Amino acid sequence: MQSLDLFCTWLAATPLSQTIQSIEWVIPAVQTVHILAVAAVMASVLMIDLRLMGLGARDQTIMAVAKRFLPFVWWPLPILLATGSTLIVAEPARALENPVFYLKMGLLLAAAGITLICQIPLARNAAFWELSSRRRWAARLIASVSLPLWVAVIFAGRWIAYIQRA
Amino acid sequence: MLEAFLQSLQDTAVATAIREGESLFPWVECVHVLALTIVIGSIAIVDLRLMGLASRDRSVAETTAATLPVTWSAFVVAAITGGLLFSSNATTYAHNFYFLAKLSLIAVAGLNMAAYHLFVGRGADAWRTPSLTPLRARVSGAVSLCLWITIAACGRWIGFTINAPT
Repeated sequence: MQSLDLFCTWLAATPLSQTIQSIEWVIPAVQTVHILAVAAVMASVLMIDLRLMGLGARDQTIMAVAKRFLPFVWWPLPILLATGSTLIVAEPARALENPVFYLKMGLLLAAAGITLICQIPLARNAAFWELSSRRRWAARLIASVSLPLWVAVIFAGRWIAYIQRA
Repeated sequence: MLEAFLQSLQDTAVATAIREGESLFPWVECVHVLALTIVIGSIAIVDLRLMGLASRDRSVAETTAATLPVTWSAFVVAAITGGLLFSSNATTYAHNFYFLAKLSLIAVAGLNMAAYHLFVGRGADAWRTPSLTPLRARVSGAVSLCLWITIAACGRWIGFTINAPT
């Protein structure tokens, strides 16, 4: 992992990284924007998953709830990538040499993937998850995998701060 | 008197365990972060509807009915985990500017919410579309959103002004 070490050292020495590091408020401010974007994603995912599980907003179709909240799952992602990347530039080794960071990215891919699995059939047929009792159970299954995955993304995100580099 | 109380809080078995345990603090913090993302995200759903920026096809009353149970459940979890984190270092947190600011702003947000339920939100059943939503309700939503964004920032700044991993 010597090349990764070198890369982190190089990145931390760049003028951009040095500037971020030298201005005290930048990292907490960027982390605040990051956590607010996470809040938008997490609350939206929760509202969709509760509906998929049949636990909330049952006066509305799955499609109506998905249409209302899915933009707030995808739309914050560029903000999360931008703020997350800024934090990496500021402290490269904190993330890039941290196994929990890669765990978080893997969990994030899985969580985004399962969101697509729910979303893509809906685009073709708005009632897709309500057509049969098998589909309804599939929707419940998707929600009960999705929710723990997103929770794990958040937990891993916080643990990055506590795990020493590999 | 207050100092003695804070000290005895900090000396309780639970607080000591969180302070001295290897991984108890990060785990409690994980749950706190998860809960606060749900609190802020779900409040934002209501605030954005009040402001006429999201859920425009749903009435204010329907939006609050579907969202506030989620908000309150998550708030209870955030308050309990927040209390546990506080207890682990009560004498230090109690003198931290951002901690005090955060608690004060949560109280202000609570007052804003109480004012909404008692006065501002009267007649919300009739606010079917954004154009039927009165200005006082839009202002209430905007105030709430600003408050919670600031509360999130204060929370993040606590970590940077107290010696802890960030």
